[in-house]
Amino acid sequence: MSAFLRKHAWVIGLAVLLAVLLGITKAIQPGFGASGLESLARAALPFAFATAGMAVVVIVGGIDLSVASMMAVCAVTAAVLMERMAGVPALMIVLGVGLAMGLINGALIVLTRVPDIVVTLAMLFVWEGVALLILESPGGNTADWLERATRGFVGIDLLPKPFVIMAICIALVWVPIRRSKLGLSIYAVGSDEMAAFRSGVPVGWTKVAAYGICGLFCAMGGLSLAALTGIGEPVPGPYLMASVAAVVLGGVVLGGGKGGLLGPIIAVFILRIIRTILTLMAVDPNVTTIVEGVIMVGVVMLGTALTLRGRRS
Amino acid sequence: MSMADTDTPLVRFGRVLRDNPMIPLIAFLLLLIAVLEVMRPGIVMPFRIGRDGLISSFWLGNLIKFAIPLAMLAACQVLTMLTAGIDLSVGVVATVSAFVCATLSSIWGVPQAVMMALACGLVVGLVNGFGVGIVRVHPLIMTLGTGLIATGCLQVYQRYVINAGSEIPAFLEWLGTGRTMGMPNGLFLFLPFAAFILWLMRYTGFGRNLFALGSNETAAKLSGVKSWQVLMALYALSGLIAALTGLLYLGMIRAPSLSLANPLLLPSVAAAVIGGTSIFGGRGSFAGAIVGALILRVLDTMLTLLQMPEGARTALFGLIILAVTALYVRITGTR
Repeated sequence: MSAFLRKHAWVIGLAVLLAVLLGITKAIQPGFGASGLESLARAALPFAFATAGMAVVVIVGGIDLSVASMMAVCAVTAAVLMERMAGVPALMIVLGVGLAMGLINGALIVLTRVPDIVVTLAMLFVWEGVALLILESPGGNTADWLERATRGFVGIDLLPKPFVIMAICIALVWVPIRRSKLGLSIYAVGSDEMAAFRSGVPVGWTKVAAYGICGLFCAMGGLSLAALTGIGEPVPGPYLMASVAAVVLGGVVLGGGKGGLLGPIIAVFILRIIRTILTLMAVDPNVTTIVEGVIMVGVVMLGTALTLRGRRS
Repeated sequence: MSMADTDTPLVRFGRVLRDNPMIPLIAFLLLLIAVLEVMRPGIVMPFRIGRDGLISSFWLGNLIKFAIPLAMLAACQVLTMLTAGIDLSVGVVATVSAFVCATLSSIWGVPQAVMMALACGLVVGLVNGFGVGIVRVHPLIMTLGTGLIATGCLQVYQRYVINAGSEIPAFLEWLGTGRTMGMPNGLFLFLPFAAFILWLMRYTGFGRNLFALGSNETAAKLSGVKSWQVLMALYALSGLIAALTGLLYLGMIRAPSLSLANPLLLPSVAAAVIGGTSIFGGRGSFAGAIVGALILRVLDTMLTLLQMPEGARTALFGLIILAVTALYVRITGTR
């Protein structure tokens, strides 16, 4: 039991923090209940997917700066396709597009041997351009059932549908991978690329696969964006910085090899609920943006400082 | 010599390119202009007398005019890339500085407004320097974050000054839009600026420290370079340059907005990378970045003539950065 506690101390701490923040919210706004939880979960949906994708590539030792742009591409693809064809095939195509974009990112990183951060910075602009080419201004339409899927509750009133969808989607992709050889390879490559290579891990393929998974999560994020707004928006949202901050806060070490997906997802909710609290305290929404930015930069700074200290000792 | 014999021709060619990056760059620029001339005869060279001659000098002046702010922002990227960093907050800083200057000029008077605008750039730069130099956050993430915060601050600020109206100082307008003998007045600012940056990089201890930190940080530290001081000064300088660019750009566009200079961010990175500055540190030249900025502007004209949509242009810029960096890695064999 104590070994379990020590191993998951960070995640448990995050969960406690989340509970405390939920308590504070309830204290500020006694009316905060089921509907508040639902809107919180709905707002967190795209952030959660972006963070899940980012977490996978950070674990493999990289970073993907193009998550927000890939989400934009997927959102506009979904909005354009769903105007013309049935929802389910369109959904599959969008997921395929996301996976393909992620694989392209990974392949470019492996083939050109240019650092991840440079390649994905360039791809950030490429995907942004592609999104603009697909849809020049916000438009298109999404299937009604997709929008309905993100509203309301499952069973009892404390389990918002968006939360359930998020949990299922992420678990469906990540749990089998985590348990398989690929998951082990991802962690191995992240913690020491050279050692992994010498132990016979196909480093290149593992990286490509990790970026592919990231692309898949981005596709889900894009779909959820389209579902939330009902249209496709070609301009990338603020998901890059938020996802990096959530990943770092969630206990995944920048540089790779450590952490899981549960911590970052809890971190997403923590960051979202801070926003809710600020809104409830009637802080100017623009000031909220600043506070959020400061928190994110602060979290990344703290994370980096801790990593450096850990490496030194 | 024996080393050169064992290398492949590609690597040897790469070494020549690395030693003289200006030769292929200028050749490429001239080639592009030639292609442009073929695409739209008369745009560059006044083969016929009269109106066409006027147009061509107008076009050249325009090319230089719009390349100036790009080259100035590219200076930020060149300087930060020398230490294996990057400054992604320059677009936002330039916008903030332009907006602050335009809104405060009518309230506080022009000199104070300009000082205030530059101070904003300095503050963002110092925060970047703190994060990168002392806390050791990756520059890319740090500057992206400060850019976000600065955007938020700008939005809040904007709500308090919206009634005051905006005024563009006359001398900035002269600097941005005026012409002397067919050439833009911006050159009066840019030539001393370029000379300063070139001097800074080549002849000062600060410049040498930048190169030293970028090529081997451990060695530089062991030789007694205080990396945090250098990085702090570097990012503060980068913020100042970006603010200065914002002022010039304000005079050029004459309409302050909340995203005025943001579209310049990516081209500034691209200009630096095309100009032979390595994003991995230790190698770079500002002269190359200036030619890079000119190349991008010519390319821009070309894409406009081809009526490429905005999205294709953005994507193309991204691909250019990637291709050039990949080529660099390939031909020089270093990361």
